[in-house]
Amino acid sequence: MTLKASERQGARSATGRAVAINGATLVAHAMRQVHPDVVACYPITPQTIITETFSEFVANGQVQTEFVAVESEHAAMSVCIGSAAAGARTQTATSGPGLALMWELLWVASGSRLPIVMHLCTRALSAPLNILCDHSDVMGARDTGWPILFSEDGQEAYDNAIQAVRVAEHPDVLLPVISTQDGFTITHGIERAEILDDASVRSFVGEYSSHRPLLDVEHPTTYGAWDYHDYYFEHKRQQADAMEKALGVIEAVGKEFGKMSGRPYGLVQPYRLDDAEFAVVVLGSAAGTLRSVVDDLRSRGVKAGMLRVRVLRPFPMKAVAEALKGVKVAAVLDRAFAFGAPAGALFGDVSVSLAVNGGGPRLVNYVYGLGGRDTLPEQFMTAFDDIRRIAKGASVQPVVRYLGLHEG
Amino acid sequence: MPQDWRKIAPGGTVTEPGSAITVETGTWRSSRPVVDYDHCVHCMICWVFCPDDCFQTENGKLVGVDYFHCKGCGICSVECPKKCISMQEDVLA
Repeated sequence: MTLKASERQGARSATGRAVAINGATLVAHAMRQVHPDVVACYPITPQTIITETFSEFVANGQVQTEFVAVESEHAAMSVCIGSAAAGARTQTATSGPGLALMWELLWVASGSRLPIVMHLCTRALSAPLNILCDHSDVMGARDTGWPILFSEDGQEAYDNAIQAVRVAEHPDVLLPVISTQDGFTITHGIERAEILDDASVRSFVGEYSSHRPLLDVEHPTTYGAWDYHDYYFEHKRQQADAMEKALGVIEAVGKEFGKMSGRPYGLVQPYRLDDAEFAVVVLGSAAGTLRSVVDDLRSRGVKAGMLRVRVLRPFPMKAVAEALKGVKVAAVLDRAFAFGAPAGALFGDVSVSLAVNGGGPRLVNYVYGLGGRDTLPEQFMTAFDDIRRIAKGASVQPVVRYLGLHEG
Repeated sequence: MPQDWRKIAPGGTVTEPGSAITVETGTWRSSRPVVDYDHCVHCMICWVFCPDDCFQTENGKLVGVDYFHCKGCGICSVECPKKCISMQEDVLA
């Protein structure tokens, strides 16, 4: 389906009102409508708007959420774990080094199978210090056992914020979920979007009922106990199983969300890919720019297309391989370095997907947009120029290339 | 017989309270406390200090040590005001 996230399709059960606000505020509204029991948050640029706005909702009495103003992101995640284990619907938000500070606890949250929802505003990791958009923070959390949704724009960030709750709390999943939006570009950029009516959102997420809350004294429970070498492996296998099941759940929730909002979501979002020979594969907001680049090429008779990957974990291998089937050469764009790895993180996941699904296009990798660097349409165009040359016989080496790097 | 991963509690949650009582930590020690009941005044200071709740009491008197759990840390011996708890070598053969 080649729809922009903000385009509505067909009949729906919800109503909505058009607004012009930034992505972070949109997510704060989604949180307000979901109405979690507990939010433990520490402010950090560019997530700060979420923490500030939501805490205003609390102060104004618009929600009865217990807002815990913690002393660090490590404390925030600790509180979330305790809260979720107690049986409360729990959320948090962070960015960059804030996420990195939570790292130890991300494993505790997913290992304890607690359906916490985190709104991540992607930001570069220090050092050197940079507060702007890139994906190095989320890439550090890739393998921590949290399903990860990548939003392209504010509308999708709002929509994903609502769907994330259903994914996390699904009985086959019971994993904490990260829902991202790009820092500054989306968090602070004002766009036209739609906020659904409160009742529809509330009914979509439903009531939360923990299967084993600490507060149920009739059924005493311990979370995070000692797990010897005799069963640790088996508990981790359960986690892997839940992550596998999350793929089907994310798809089903995306379809159901479509019936409610008029905006259905899938695992990937192809754009003009049906007969494409040359494609880019991307996560997040750069997809917006790339659409206009693809349109430009198409108007000149080049069979260009784009694949936006919406779900980073669990990686939708079959959907990616299927979408790229007819493509000759593809450029996979990574907004983070994976130092010492054969290539970028997304490149690696796409390569494996093709390798285990009967092959596909030749691939090259581009690192772009680090530390908030804006990549212009003409720079993305050079990636298309490269892959068209490769299709005509130019070398795929070097596999890792750079867009917009100051060189020479 | 080890259980299949599908049959155990998700996330390793423990659903029976007080299960630590079944774990024999007594095998950890290299010396064991021995009480000289002729000089014990039943002040219960050993009971207060024991980190593993190993001092057994009955009707306000000290009656024994739980050697199934005692790890032989020796705190009781150090704290006893009558110096009537001695630590004696206790190593598994």
